[in-house]
Amino acid sequence: MNSGRTWVRVTECKNIPLRQGRTVRLGEREIAIFNLGSRFLAVENRCPHQGGPLSDGIVTGSSVVCPLHAWKLGLEDGRVERPADRPHKCVETFATKIENGTVVVEIPLTRGATTCHDEAMIDLCVSEPSRLDRKELSARAYESAFDFLA
Amino acid sequence: MQKLIVVGNGMAGVACVEQILKHSPKFEITIFGDETHVNYNRILLSSVLAGEKSPDDVVLNGLNWYEENGIRLRLGVRITNVDAEAKTVSGDDGSVTAFDKLLLATGSTPIVPSIDDVKRDGVFVFRNLDDTRALLERCRPGLKAVVIGGGLLGLEAARGLQVQGCDVTVVHLMETLMERQLDPVGGSYLATKMNQLRITVLLGLSTTAILGNGKVERVQFKGGGSIPADLVVIAAGIRPRVDLALQAGLQVKRGIVVNDYMETSHPDIFAVGECVEHNNTCYGLIAPLLEQGKVLAATITGNKGPRYEGSVSASKLKIMGVDVFSAGDFSEKVDGTETIRYEDPSIGVYKKLTLKNGRLGGVILVGDASDSHRYMEWLRARTDLGAMRRHLLFPPAAIDDGLDAAHLSDTDTVCGCMGVTKGAVIHAIHDRRVSTLAQLKECTRASTGCGSCTALCQQILKAVVPEFQEEIKKTLCKCVPFSEDSLREILRSQKLKSVQEVLEIYGDGIGCEVCKPALSYMLDMLWCGDHDEDRSARFINDRVHANIQKDGSFSVVPRIRGGVTSPDELRRIADVADKYQVRMVKITGSQRIDLLGVNKSDLPKIWADLGMPSGQAYTKGVRMVKTCVGTDFCRFGTQDSTSAGIELERRLENLYTPHKVKMGAVGCPRNCAEATVKDIGLVGQEGSWQVVVGGAAGKTVRKADLLITVAGTDEALEAAELFFQYYREHANYLERTYDFVERIGIEKVRKETVYATDMSKQGLLDRLRKSKALAKDAWLERNEPRTATQFVQITPMEVFA
Repeated sequence: MNSGRTWVRVTECKNIPLRQGRTVRLGEREIAIFNLGSRFLAVENRCPHQGGPLSDGIVTGSSVVCPLHAWKLGLEDGRVERPADRPHKCVETFATKIENGTVVVEIPLTRGATTCHDEAMIDLCVSEPSRLDRKELSARAYESAFDFLA
Repeated sequence: MQKLIVVGNGMAGVACVEQILKHSPKFEITIFGDETHVNYNRILLSSVLAGEKSPDDVVLNGLNWYEENGIRLRLGVRITNVDAEAKTVSGDDGSVTAFDKLLLATGSTPIVPSIDDVKRDGVFVFRNLDDTRALLERCRPGLKAVVIGGGLLGLEAARGLQVQGCDVTVVHLMETLMERQLDPVGGSYLATKMNQLRITVLLGLSTTAILGNGKVERVQFKGGGSIPADLVVIAAGIRPRVDLALQAGLQVKRGIVVNDYMETSHPDIFAVGECVEHNNTCYGLIAPLLEQGKVLAATITGNKGPRYEGSVSASKLKIMGVDVFSAGDFSEKVDGTETIRYEDPSIGVYKKLTLKNGRLGGVILVGDASDSHRYMEWLRARTDLGAMRRHLLFPPAAIDDGLDAAHLSDTDTVCGCMGVTKGAVIHAIHDRRVSTLAQLKECTRASTGCGSCTALCQQILKAVVPEFQEEIKKTLCKCVPFSEDSLREILRSQKLKSVQEVLEIYGDGIGCEVCKPALSYMLDMLWCGDHDEDRSARFINDRVHANIQKDGSFSVVPRIRGGVTSPDELRRIADVADKYQVRMVKITGSQRIDLLGVNKSDLPKIWADLGMPSGQAYTKGVRMVKTCVGTDFCRFGTQDSTSAGIELERRLENLYTPHKVKMGAVGCPRNCAEATVKDIGLVGQEGSWQVVVGGAAGKTVRKADLLITVAGTDEALEAAELFFQYYREHANYLERTYDFVERIGIEKVRKETVYATDMSKQGLLDRLRKSKALAKDAWLERNEPRTATQFVQITPMEVFA
């Protein structure tokens, strides 16, 4: 175990349905945990685009599609996979393991540097005006993402 | 004119005649066929069995073709004798016909292994259109069908029977399926795929007897084991039909022996097709037979010169969703053979190439045959692959979809069955003004064989013909490369009931946010409640039955039918808004009351307190019907639009649709509730209702088209129901009625709904009522949540501060 991190027993595996996400609040953080069948993956429950709840997204392979504007994030490395020109953006990821049918998540003891950028970078990312381009999404993904908001 | 007699009206014989006609009109041609059908595409019989094509669809040359070319056609006459010296043939109708030249295109017969009581009622072979018809008449959903033979034909027959609803088992003598085309690993990948299609595969079993009292009851194997069977199909291979050639005294080994000019041992008798043996090889696939036909046509018309030098044998299994391609020699035994393999069991893909002296020797593709063209070309051209070693299994990523066609050279083959090159296609486009796929088929015959080159032909048409319009609809998405029309048909016929199952059999096994909700809709529309409702395949709104907002909170819109509410309901709504500190209460544009800013965990409690059903405002479903006050209060009202609207809403509520369906009912043409810009509108006028469809007042504004004008309210409601169900069954997911009506055309919509036959109308209404009977108010899930954590956050087992 890394110093400054601790494993937290979260919930029985059966509480997170297959290919879905559920949230848990651990200290300051809201974490989304996804059940991918053979393993569980955890990320912060906040889309780097406009803060959408990733736990409510549709899982595709080992990625999730944010329910608000269809940004796609890899759950293994937390990177933005769509739109394609946002490789510098990401969400924090957390290691997980399964012990006796329980999902256990590794949490840093303090809210420090994230896995791929620092706080300043996060602020920059979030405050950057959204330039989501229609062409970046398939027309249909766009439809399904935005129609509900009408 | 010389008399040419052709014995056999199948694909090879008639294709050869087509080639002969291209040379010169020097023959008076008579064709004898022992079947009673005109020339048809035998390769597609499995599609006929599967119900994908009708017998008429597979006709290659209709009667008019014979007439136009002055060919005498004698159907239903079997030639029983050839007198090579007198140069006559005799038929089983007693006729004797003289010839100058004779062409034997007798094809082959099914091999029926020695099995006891093989002639029992319920045992079929699967070789021609009559066999197919007989099978179609016999097979019924739930019947146990046993297919003896796990080769191409057996597997295609098995799939056809399975689509017809039979419970199918394939029994194969060898340990490997399609062992002539696959190695053991490829065979096991294929067996897995067949199992996923719910076809049982039994390997290494020799069938010894067919048991039963009169009709088939069981199939027995060597060693004594047996399985139940209601019908048996024997597909154990084919044997060249050579009896006439033997009578005529021709040289015959396994088939009728021919040389490179397709001449037999008799100067005036020729042979082509499956009955022929060239260089110790008999061919059973279409492409070589057509090559032979071209050579023979030259020889027989006095243009002797072109030689037939054998073909690369290649075969492709034609089962939707089960890609299998095999070509050349894939054995690894010969010294100096290099083997390149790739396999991924989780997605069922297996690829193997054998290389000899740096050139492709053979190829096996299971699970992904999209590169088959490339490999065929390498085999045909004997391409030196030295420079391509890094890209043998995975070509460098294409820049766009058109690249495939653009990279072919003019001499590359596009249609392997009919031997049509890219150059020939382009020639047809430029010189013969071909601009559609149908014309291309007519002109060059490309894509009229197995059909696997259709996409490639369309790519070329698209690139070369500016006004070309694609004829097939685009596919749902990359994960499931089928059009939504085909998918609905696949799901229906194969009774698939879960999204994951569809993805595993017909897709990449993973799916995405585009295809999963679309497939979920299709399953719900087809089976409504009788399917595996997988919430992971649904958008969040359909997981918790509320509309997600920009901050992750939700909105709640109770159903207020026709916009008519009561003081009691309004009080409950007000109480809920207070109790749960709803951030905004808003009257929306369509006579709804929207409670905004609700936490997910409060949803079930709010629904219970409201005691009102879901307004389906968050989903692709039936929204509320907007109404005016009609004759009840309005001075101008001519129809009771309020009651009509409420009744329409009651009849359709809780059902799901390809996209949201907004409706309106107005009591007079002043149109206060804006029915003429709704998906479905009822417009009252003095003494009648107009039912209008396909209106829009969103991103675009479109005035609805008139579906029908009727006198009574009941008739108006029924017309609306007919359109509603027709839209549910035929629209693509996320296609609004206004796009749907424009795509289909209002004339066709009318013809298939309100002006359809009574039987079709009844079918639409029955299916609608069946779904409606199973549909439930989604908000009842407050009492029975799908999972313990459907609405709530997880409470961690240990405290973390």
